[in-house]
Amino acid sequence: MNQFFPGLYLPSDSPVHRLDPRVKMSAVLLLMMAPFALPYPEPVLSVVEGPGRRDGFWGYLLLSAFVALVSVVSRVPLLALLRTLRNLFWIGFFMFFLYIFTTPGQPLAAWGGITATWEGLLAAGAQIYRLCLLVVTASLLTFTTSPVQLSHGLEALLAPLEGLKLPVRELAMVLTIALRFVPTLFEEIEKITKAQRARGVDFRSGGPLQRARNLVPVFVPIFVSAFRRANDLATAMDARGFRCSPHRTRLRQLHLGLQDLVAVLVVLGTVLAAIGIERLA
Amino acid sequence: MQQRTLIQVEDLTHVYAPGTPFERVALRQVNLQIAAGKRVGILGPTGSGKSTLAQHLAGLLKPTVGHVLLDGVPVHSAPRDHRLQVGIAFQYPEDQIFEQTVFREVAFGPRNLGLDEAEVTARVRWALEMAGLDPETMSQRMPFTLSGGEMRRVALAGILALRPRVLILDEPTAGQDPQSRRGLLARILAWQEETGLTLVIISHALEELVLSPAEGLGQAVERLVILKEGQVVANGPTRHILSDDALLNAIGLEVPEHVKLLRALRQRGRKVRTDLVSAAEVATEIAHIWGLTPPPSPSPRRGGEEERRA
Repeated sequence: MNQFFPGLYLPSDSPVHRLDPRVKMSAVLLLMMAPFALPYPEPVLSVVEGPGRRDGFWGYLLLSAFVALVSVVSRVPLLALLRTLRNLFWIGFFMFFLYIFTTPGQPLAAWGGITATWEGLLAAGAQIYRLCLLVVTASLLTFTTSPVQLSHGLEALLAPLEGLKLPVRELAMVLTIALRFVPTLFEEIEKITKAQRARGVDFRSGGPLQRARNLVPVFVPIFVSAFRRANDLATAMDARGFRCSPHRTRLRQLHLGLQDLVAVLVVLGTVLAAIGIERLA
Repeated sequence: MQQRTLIQVEDLTHVYAPGTPFERVALRQVNLQIAAGKRVGILGPTGSGKSTLAQHLAGLLKPTVGHVLLDGVPVHSAPRDHRLQVGIAFQYPEDQIFEQTVFREVAFGPRNLGLDEAEVTARVRWALEMAGLDPETMSQRMPFTLSGGEMRRVALAGILALRPRVLILDEPTAGQDPQSRRGLLARILAWQEETGLTLVIISHALEELVLSPAEGLGQAVERLVILKEGQVVANGPTRHILSDDALLNAIGLEVPEHVKLLRALRQRGRKVRTDLVSAAEVATEIAHIWGLTPPPSPSPRRGGEEERRA
């Protein structure tokens, strides 16, 4: 593979990699919900409560320290983690301006009719930080869990919903296949883009209409090959006797070990502590 | 004028995904010159950096270190029209087909060049003919209804229609049967002779780059550049490389069948040459050692054409 895709599984043998995928997925879900249980410098709060308002500082510090610790233990390179944040640039950019200008409070600077406030700066920073924390936490899951494990874990976690006639196994299979083909698709797009550049397509200039038109020579071949691949895969699965059967067994069964129990307790403890600090303070 | 350097690769190093866990050095300090109007083969096992080098020659990648110059100008950073003097067919070029008719597919490149409709039409006809397709019957057909071999030729016509001065073909015959392989290669070499373009063929099979695909065309490439783990390990005339047993063994590539045969003869004490590139040459050499014909002409570097006339 010639390219690096942010968030893609990085094979390793760290303690985090070895954890049961069910445990990792539940833990990540919990860790991603935790920031929303914490207070943050909300304009309404500051107006109501006045000075000495709660800003969730200690809670965020604890959660961040925990995520940092997990990333060290998981041996995911820091640079790889930071790269996943690049996707947030534009959304962070808009949030920043939205918060800084729409939050009432102490004026920081004013241009014409719009005023940037100190509270707005604080709120924007807190919201963006919260978003970054979410993305890093989620990336830690995908960096340390192979696609097969992910879908296996999802299937196990959603198994109770089979009672509601939800096709959980099939959904998990669809997820596995989709994850498997993400890098392939990117490689294909890269190849076709280069081939069309060599035929004179200039992807970097021209108006919006021309740029949109330039996508046709790339996406038509990509769709054609995606359909062909899907067909080949269906034939291959069929030839191996794949059926949507509820009685399929697995080569590798999931087993919870001692380390999984410890992980659950540590994550639960951290999240409760983070919320507790803020509630009790 | 034939020997004028057209492409110059200077100290080229390419690193994929630098600074990530997938970092990989694909090319290391490659130096290379390609003269105008020559046929050059780039050979190496999978993962040796051949395709990366091909993309650099076409200006599609930015060198991590070093330069790739076309007429003395760096291809990657040059204006588009300078870069478009190099045409490149990737492996399985039929994957890039997107238009609704063969005509429009082949016309795509010339139209991007901003040529007028008359010139575009003329080029499409010419390119289809060069690719061995009949412009009359093919022009209005849908590319996706053609056979694999026809689609490949349509795609190649689409690149030829740009009238490049340099044509780079990355494994042009991959996935085709031996007969189509030879036919396609013979056609490509005929283009080269007819138009005097500079041809770079990339392959992992020495045999394909060496053997004459048809009577009268001579060796497939005149010069071989052999890559291994991103470095140039050999660079010289095809016949020199073929006769260098030690080099061929060290590289670990499959030796062409006819060279194996000639080596076997030599092991049995026969004095034979191994720098031969066509069935006719091998036949003459074998006939010679059995004393059936007068010795072949002393020049080791004659082409097949002169030989046939003789």
